[in-house]
Amino acid sequence: MTDNARKACIVGVGESEYTRWGGIADRSQFQVACEAILAAISDAGLSPADIDGFTSYSNDANDANLLQVALGVPELRFAGMVWGGGGGGSCGAVSLATAAVESGQARTVVAFRALCQGQTRRFGRASKGRTHENFVNPFGLFSPPLMLALLVRRHMHLYGTTEEHLAEVAISTRANANRNPRAVMHKRPLTREIYFAARMIAEPLRLYDCCLESDGACAVIVTSRERARDLKQRPVEILAAAHGSGPGWGSGPLGSHNMPDDDYASTNSRRLAGDLFARAGVTPDDIDVAQIYDHFSGMVLMALEDYGFCGRGESGPFVAGGNVRWPNGKLPLNTAGGNLSEAYIHGFNHVAEGVRQIRGESTSQVADAELCLVSGGLGVAPTSGLILGRAS
Amino acid sequence: MSYLAEGTPLPEPNMDDASFWENCARRRLAFQACGNCGTLRHPPTPVCHHCRSTAVVWRQAPSRGRVYSYTVVHHAAHDAVRPSVPYVVAVIAFPDFGPVRLISNIIGDPKAVQVDMPVELVWDKVSETMFLPRFKPV
Repeated sequence: MTDNARKACIVGVGESEYTRWGGIADRSQFQVACEAILAAISDAGLSPADIDGFTSYSNDANDANLLQVALGVPELRFAGMVWGGGGGGSCGAVSLATAAVESGQARTVVAFRALCQGQTRRFGRASKGRTHENFVNPFGLFSPPLMLALLVRRHMHLYGTTEEHLAEVAISTRANANRNPRAVMHKRPLTREIYFAARMIAEPLRLYDCCLESDGACAVIVTSRERARDLKQRPVEILAAAHGSGPGWGSGPLGSHNMPDDDYASTNSRRLAGDLFARAGVTPDDIDVAQIYDHFSGMVLMALEDYGFCGRGESGPFVAGGNVRWPNGKLPLNTAGGNLSEAYIHGFNHVAEGVRQIRGESTSQVADAELCLVSGGLGVAPTSGLILGRAS
Repeated sequence: MSYLAEGTPLPEPNMDDASFWENCARRRLAFQACGNCGTLRHPPTPVCHHCRSTAVVWRQAPSRGRVYSYTVVHHAAHDAVRPSVPYVVAVIAFPDFGPVRLISNIIGDPKAVQVDMPVELVWDKVSETMFLPRFKPV
């Protein structure tokens, strides 16, 4: 049990502007990373001299050692990266920071993600170096929407999930983005007619079932409860943070689809969710609002099942019943617009929005939100999750 | 003409999977199995996840399998496949053989493809020396 003074909290959040891929062309991706981190440090009322650790994931190209130089961090005590791609480590970067703070290896850690797809590569395009690519690329399975469409199709086959259910995720998320001036799709309403008229990408996924490709960065500051007491913001408690994977998922959707049969139409989060709720000492019914990694609408449905917000195979009817709509649904979801409609900052914008909900600062604020679940990238290995709450 | 247009990436065998592709070049679909306990595994990897032996044998798969899942791809994420869309990518299972699945394609009308549909192996010549395992409805 972590002693109370050392319990990890999030005390600052910051980001750059979010744009369509290629939208940030006037300065480097590294500068954008620095700006987001400085914004988070400033939000916390700290200075870079207070920072002694950096964590990230998905081979983020902005190395901790170079950030230390650029930001003038006098002493680095912790630098950690979660293995694996696909955004699976977004909450994992926070779990590393939590481990560093609660074990005393570092005092104040920046967890962040920065990517400008216009300066590096578009994630929706074929690329070299994918997992098990010899078993994937020669068969035309080139990119994540195609890969995860296979899971969504299987889920439809097993449980009768429909295209209308996918549409509800895309449309409800867009409505949240329409209230968020930071969102890339802020001024672009999405009706059912527009959704169904959009081109098919990989059946059953249409254009608006797929996340954006974006430029931008965001960061949060993790420190101990004891240090948080003297800082500017009301601290957001990390009740539990976890990253991990079930068996076989390393050869899963982003590889050759050889995960266990019982798990196939899922997000690889079922085991992790059990750990997370047990360690936080809360249940899915206690959660007020959720930020679930929405690279593809259908994966959000499976995550609602894996995290226990509804039964297995019941996510379609769950969303059709209005349960994820803001403000009156049982579980308002992706309240800033998510990867689908705010920006694709590889899911780290979900962490930032989770913090804002608990601080009461969201543009789609859930009244009296005390507990927020955040998930990392779904269907990849490792995946990750967080439960955030108001500091007691 | 092969199922996906010329320029689609071909396998570039490495030390772990070279035998799989040598078999394909001879039009033989074989999966790696443990030389000690017989557990099948895919993709090829150096150690048995069941008994941790590094001994390997190759077991020929049946010529018939089932569609475990599929997608009809409309978006050409690689320039080479622009002339090939829409095309079908499927996960092929071999229920009577073992718990290994293969990513492949279903030749023919995309609209005819369904989950659980039985399919039969066909060899698609993609270069002077390489054939890829693809499938057609039974």
